[in-house]
Amino acid sequence: MAKLPKPEELFDSIDWTPPETDWMDTPVEFQPGRWCYPAKKKVVEDLGFPNPREWSPADEDWKIPSNWREIVLEGMKERLEKYRSFKLFMDICVRCGACADKCHYFLGSGDPKNMPVLRAELMRSIYKGEFTLPGKIFGRLAGARKLTEEVIKEWFYYYYQCSECRRCSVFCPYGIDTCEVTMMGRELLHLLGININWILEPVRNCVYIGNHLGLQPHTVKENIEYLCWDIEEVTGLKIQPSFNRKGAEILFVAPSGDYFADPGIYTFMGYLVLFEYLGLDYTLSTYASEGGNFGLFTSHEMMQKINAKIYHEAERLGVKFIIGGECGHMWRVKHQYMDTVNGPAPSNLEVPKSPITGTVFEHAKSTKMIHICEFTADLIAHGKLELDPSRNDKYVVTFHDSCNPSRGMGFFEEPRFILKHVCNNFYDMPENTIREKTFCCGSGSGLNTDEFMDMRMRGGLPRANAVEYVHKKHGVNMLACICAIDRAALSTLMQYWVPEVGVCGVHELVANALVFPDEKTGKKKRTLDLRQQPLKPEDEENV
Amino acid sequence: MGAVFALITVVAFVLVVYLGVGVAGLHFLFGVIIPYVAFFTFLIGMIYRVIEWARSPVPFRIVTTCGQQKSLSWVKRNPLESPYNNFEVALRMFLEVVFFRSLFRNLKAEIKGRNLIYGSYKWLWLFAILFHYSFFIILLRHFRFFAYPVPKVIDGLNQLDAFLHIGLPHFYITDALILAGLTFLFVRRLADPKLRYISLASDYLPLFMIYGLVISGILMRHFFKVDVVGVKELTMSLVHFSPKVPQGIGTIFFIHLFFISALMAYFPFSKLVHMLGVFLSPTRNLANNSRAKRHINPWNQPAKFKTYCEWQEIFYEQLVESGQPIDEDCPQVKERKKAEGAE
Ligand code: HEM
Ligand code: SF4
Ligand code: SF4
Repeated sequence: MAKLPKPEELFDSIDWTPPETDWMDTPVEFQPGRWCYPAKKKVVEDLGFPNPREWSPADEDWKIPSNWREIVLEGMKERLEKYRSFKLFMDICVRCGACADKCHYFLGSGDPKNMPVLRAELMRSIYKGEFTLPGKIFGRLAGARKLTEEVIKEWFYYYYQCSECRRCSVFCPYGIDTCEVTMMGRELLHLLGININWILEPVRNCVYIGNHLGLQPHTVKENIEYLCWDIEEVTGLKIQPSFNRKGAEILFVAPSGDYFADPGIYTFMGYLVLFEYLGLDYTLSTYASEGGNFGLFTSHEMMQKINAKIYHEAERLGVKFIIGGECGHMWRVKHQYMDTVNGPAPSNLEVPKSPITGTVFEHAKSTKMIHICEFTADLIAHGKLELDPSRNDKYVVTFHDSCNPSRGMGFFEEPRFILKHVCNNFYDMPENTIREKTFCCGSGSGLNTDEFMDMRMRGGLPRANAVEYVHKKHGVNMLACICAIDRAALSTLMQYWVPEVGVCGVHELVANALVFPDEKTGKKKRTLDLRQQPLKPEDEENV
Repeated sequence: MGAVFALITVVAFVLVVYLGVGVAGLHFLFGVIIPYVAFFTFLIGMIYRVIEWARSPVPFRIVTTCGQQKSLSWVKRNPLESPYNNFEVALRMFLEVVFFRSLFRNLKAEIKGRNLIYGSYKWLWLFAILFHYSFFIILLRHFRFFAYPVPKVIDGLNQLDAFLHIGLPHFYITDALILAGLTFLFVRRLADPKLRYISLASDYLPLFMIYGLVISGILMRHFFKVDVVGVKELTMSLVHFSPKVPQGIGTIFFIHLFFISALMAYFPFSKLVHMLGVFLSPTRNLANNSRAKRHINPWNQPAKFKTYCEWQEIFYEQLVESGQPIDEDCPQVKERKKAEGAE
């Protein structure tokens, strides 16, 4: 891993002025900390992906198949015919530059090929040069070039410096979504056996074992039982969630990061505490033990394959509907892809109806799957939760809109509504850095790996800088989010840029604030938060 | 570089017409054949492009949501930025096409000290609007050359556009506005290093062609006055497919005609297809209702994945040991039982 410069040094090194040489004449230079390690040979083999081998992007020779040109061109042709988005976005960009300074990776690195327009142009130039008549005739004048190995390397470098966050597409007058281009770029690279381990290994684990981390069913259960003990420490509750239980009303699916890694585990504890409070008839699955889906960062086919087990399990268990935990890209899949690729939902599923409030979630009547924040917001709106927001008083909270729920769902109010009811101090970051204009954590789309740290800290800078703003202005010290990748990635990011600010999930704060009947009557007293820290800072009396 | 190439091309256009018409007298070629060819290239080319796009399906509902989704009844949703049905999509598209809604969102990132600031930056939007609307109105005005009698609306538009009553014939406001728009779009490509970096010859060329078109038009109206009656005779003959080129129309007219012909012929092969492409953009023209209504992907294949029962076989021991239920309905379990019974 490359050594990171100090935050100030990194900031001051940012220069948005492009180099003198034309981008087509500027060869790609692999900078340390800005590319990810390739997938291990075994992982590629297991998945049955093409060209498993030992190689490194640092090598001169990438050992790609000798007919690589045909493979890529054939692959492009196929995708142009399958995706209108791809074809259209190759054709209609006017290079107006409205998207140029919207990408966090450009803002943090100043590398011009991280401007969404140029990122797409890396592909567009090949499309023009190999597939269109004007491109073939006029070449460079029309922005066309030929496909060379150098281009392949450039694709690898820059399509794994895009977090598929879609911020660019908000600002483009034609809605050109560079994420779509990146997805195509990654699919094409897979055809040659060019890939990264941080994505493919979780994918392999997911396919063969059930979750990204490769936790086997007994370990999943054990992990969750540990969390239950911790909950008992804090609340005195003895929670025994059921696993793979047929006949439960609800299947609950969370990203595996939530029952594995700090601080996600506190969010998971939050879910469990809430369900216990409600006496909800739900089950967890150690088979469908992953809500997340790194297949989305691999190929549409892989995304479908990984997603398929959710409905399959819901059918087998005979549940009525599915609740999904707090996760960003998971929800892009559940909202925009699941029904299309693996629907229609199994017939035992019904339109989700809250057993507590009776609310029918009409907007999910086809997928039969709702977001836990929708579920909880509805409970709060109906006054079904006894909440003591002062239990979170040591926190001054802001909310990070994760890219996928924001620009792929329009999910803005539900989490804010919850936060405003479970804590007393909530401040949004500046308007142009939240909601649909939110900035990526810098580590999305499977780029949250250590060897990519330089780019992660750069790409995360716009987000961190906005957090720093509310930290200075309002004393914000807690960054809430609804994404498992964020909970891990933002923690690292905050440590680097704004170390005074912690990271949590929304349901961690919900559970802190949730007043159980025994606590209300004073029979029990809550003095600790889910992290087993005093609810009130030392100097104050815990009441 | 690209700008220089575009400039040379446009100058070459002028020279070609000057030599072709002014010197060689090829009036029919430049007055009839080239315009017809260009017009049909435009027409057929654009239809072809749309058909080509439409042939590729939209496998997924990849709406870019820029506002609150429809969820709980009491959550205030944003029908324009996150449309839930086709009517709302139509409204969203209307805003996009007529008011350049997304461009209106534009921000400009700046570094101030150790802070990143994103201020509102509407200039591109403003001048893009000026440019497009002037172009559109100018185009409409031109219908007075292609219709007889001239429709009242077109007449009215002409008078409105010239209401300042400067010069004779009166100067059109849109002529000034389109020049302002073009100049902004051009200067910003040169002035902003990022834009200069991404700009291609094919980004300067349409701007220069339109410059040529507009300037030749203005020159023709106000300076080298051409025989307007003769021009109308020519345009009407083109409309009626009985082309006839009257004598004595100035060369400047043919330059103007050549520019519009070049632009039309260039259209379907260039980024100018954005004019139709924007209507097909899947991030904008779909409803964000994919959890309520199943979106169909025509090439979808059923997923191949490890079923629960297959998975249970692999982790059978772990499941039993950790006290997780075994699904007895799995055929593999039944076989297992049978094998055990046989032992
Ligand atoms: C419907 C929504 C439309 C939007 C949002 C839009 C937006 C834009 C933008 C942003 C530019 C780029 C300016 C630049 O930076 O160079 C442009 C250029 C241009 N547009 Fe449109 N446009 C639309 C429709 C149309 C239509 C209907 C026409 C038909 C004439 C048209 C003709 C042109 C032309 C000729 C240019 C050339 C200028 C250049 O190449 O820069 N546009 N448009
Ligand atoms: S905003 Fe859209 S049209 Fe403009 S340069 Fe970016 S991708 Fe191209
Ligand atoms: S999708 Fe996000 S990361 Fe990718 S180019 Fe657009 S703004 Fe940058």
